Amino acid sequence: MESERIYLDHNATTPLREEVVEAMARALRDLPGNPSSPHREGTLARKQVAEAREQVADCLGTSARTIVFTGGATEANHFLLRGVLGHSGSMDSSHLVTSTTEHPSVLAPAEQLEKHGLRVSRIPVDHEGMLERSVWLETLEESPSLASLIWANNETGVVQPVEEWAELASACGILFHVDATQAVGKWPICLEKTSIDYLSCSAHKLNGPKGVGCLVHRSGPAPSPLLAGGGQERGLRGGTENVAGIVGFGVACELARKELTERMENYQILRDRLWDSLRQKLPRIRRNGPSASAILPNTLNVEIPGIQADILVEALDLEGVAVSAGAACHSGSVSPSHVLIAMGRSTAQAQASLRLSVGLGNTSVEIDRAADWIDRIARRAGAEGYDGG
Amino acid sequence: MAGKGRVVVAMSGGVDSSVAAALLVESGSEVVGVTMHLAGDSSRCCSLDDAEDARAVADALGIRFYVANYTHAFQKEVIEKFADSYLAGRTPIPCVACNKRFKFDHLMERARVLGGEAVATGHYAQIRQEADGGSWTLHRPLDRQKDQTYFLFQLDQEQLSRTLFPLGGLEKEEVREHARRLGLVTADKAESQEICFVPDGDYASVVERIRPQARERGGEIVDQSGRVLGEHSGIHRFTIGQRHGLGVHVGRPIYVTHIDPVLRRVTVGDAEDLEIESIQVEGVHWISGCPPKTPIRSRVQVRYRHAGALAEIAQIGPAEVRVKFLEPVRAPAPGQAAVFYAPDGLISEQVLGGGWIASRPRSTQTVRRGEASL
Repeated sequence: MESERIYLDHNATTPLREEVVEAMARALRDLPGNPSSPHREGTLARKQVAEAREQVADCLGTSARTIVFTGGATEANHFLLRGVLGHSGSMDSSHLVTSTTEHPSVLAPAEQLEKHGLRVSRIPVDHEGMLERSVWLETLEESPSLASLIWANNETGVVQPVEEWAELASACGILFHVDATQAVGKWPICLEKTSIDYLSCSAHKLNGPKGVGCLVHRSGPAPSPLLAGGGQERGLRGGTENVAGIVGFGVACELARKELTERMENYQILRDRLWDSLRQKLPRIRRNGPSASAILPNTLNVEIPGIQADILVEALDLEGVAVSAGAACHSGSVSPSHVLIAMGRSTAQAQASLRLSVGLGNTSVEIDRAADWIDRIARRAGAEGYDGG
Repeated sequence: MAGKGRVVVAMSGGVDSSVAAALLVESGSEVVGVTMHLAGDSSRCCSLDDAEDARAVADALGIRFYVANYTHAFQKEVIEKFADSYLAGRTPIPCVACNKRFKFDHLMERARVLGGEAVATGHYAQIRQEADGGSWTLHRPLDRQKDQTYFLFQLDQEQLSRTLFPLGGLEKEEVREHARRLGLVTADKAESQEICFVPDGDYASVVERIRPQARERGGEIVDQSGRVLGEHSGIHRFTIGQRHGLGVHVGRPIYVTHIDPVLRRVTVGDAEDLEIESIQVEGVHWISGCPPKTPIRSRVQVRYRHAGALAEIAQIGPAEVRVKFLEPVRAPAPGQAAVFYAPDGLISEQVLGGGWIASRPRSTQTVRRGEASL
């Protein structure tokens, strides 16, 4: 990124750590072999993939044999949902429990499977974005086949109590999947201590490369492969391994594991500084999501009454500040964030909401400059209750 | 104005707005390209494909570029009004509202928040300022074949002061040469001529899709004396001056002369019945910001491709005028714009203002023939 730019969109994607770039460059240069080949070239590549598998597993608190590398979290989510629900004989007897604030890569396959007879229950959220516990408990009594819930929301940063809910599901014999794409590297995760059966995540949200991720399969039936053939990943994901990507993912996970506490502290200091500054400058600003502990330390989703977030994003970009109106996937679309709508916000409120997410490399000087620009441009837009000028 | 500040250019993905952006970059402005995504995917223009062309041009020019989604507002403010206008027996010209509301009101507001000093478009029109600090005037472009001032009569002083038309002083061929010189992907792209959200000119099916009740609004086709000649399946299928697709035959060419939305009656007549001496124009906007002392002499254009006819304009209401043509004009249609230009020999080519053709046009022939039937 250009040095004078201020990047506050780390929930969309993150810049690569230098260590990751170096490890990937080495892999691209020095590991020409196919990990499935028995010769020396193949064996060297295979060794690096195995090491990366250990690094990813350590970061998630699980064992290496549970990791199935994929082309990212979207693939992992599709793989899990289709592989556990879609391939089992009759869909009519299957019942999926998910929520209204999932990532589209869970919502879309759930909807597609629903058209083929799958029963889908969607747990609603309260005005802070927390899942409705009573609905969850009621749904459990219906003995669904699989629960799939997002750990930390990509738009609001709201963290759900999935560890506790996995216990409840496990006690009822219900399979439990977590989409942890936003949580990994920003929230403590130790799968060994949980009853989570499956977990999806992606490298590029934790300063690793794009296009690689994994599905963790700890217990329960192995999902049928989305991409069969080739026998890679214990037959669960065909296709020659993205060796350099997997190596980069491993290094990113290793760094995230070692630096997690420090990162969380730094993120929170920067995020709170941004919120305090914005709150002082723009008295009518409102936070989307809980202000207490159940939120990612790096994420701030705010509504600035009277602004149109898509225009604010462009205006900030022109001044060197990269932020987002909802998820990156929503840019260029007028449909308001389904997450904020599920939290009871109006269309106008959702369209006046901005997502700010800090990450590695951000400084307090940048935070102050970004807050100044947000304030200036919100006033330029004549946001309701602020003076023009 | 020709400052070196930030300018927001409406980039449609066509050659004109591409060159407009390129010329501003060359003049030293900080150019920001914005494609307004207006009509849905069924449309041929303002589609996401065009947005990709615009993005390619923006990348080639090294400027920032955004796609702004206005599909919801466009549906409400332009497409639905277009359909309703047909149901009311008028012949709408949606490009005027599109230009006014979207390229100017909405885009200018966006530009203001983006810190832009001005909005620029690829329109063929010229803006001048009478003197330093004086009022702003709108004029026909150098290339009269490409004149788009007919669509711009609703611009006001504030908007003109913050608008740039970089192509106003160029011939179309020069614009294409600039595009080729700059190697722009849009250099040889075909012109869009139709209404962008009406593919293949089939406006009736667009109206029926938006307002399904249109199909149930059939009625009679009558001659000038009221004699029933046949039936039709919806007044939205007719336009004043239309000759084909009437479904009735009397052994000589006949034309639609009048559409009555209440009785759902379509009146047909001879070519002479289309000759109109005077029209009433409503929703009148004067570019100067204040109505002139009328009557005034003007050249009035009643449709896009119309040379304009000399007329006398008299104020008859706060935003209403009567336009009396010196020679009868053929088939001015309610719903179309009547745009007033300075008469020849005065401040040539200047747009004074305009409005919407309102009244039932009076046929000179009908008046002369009284109750004579076809």
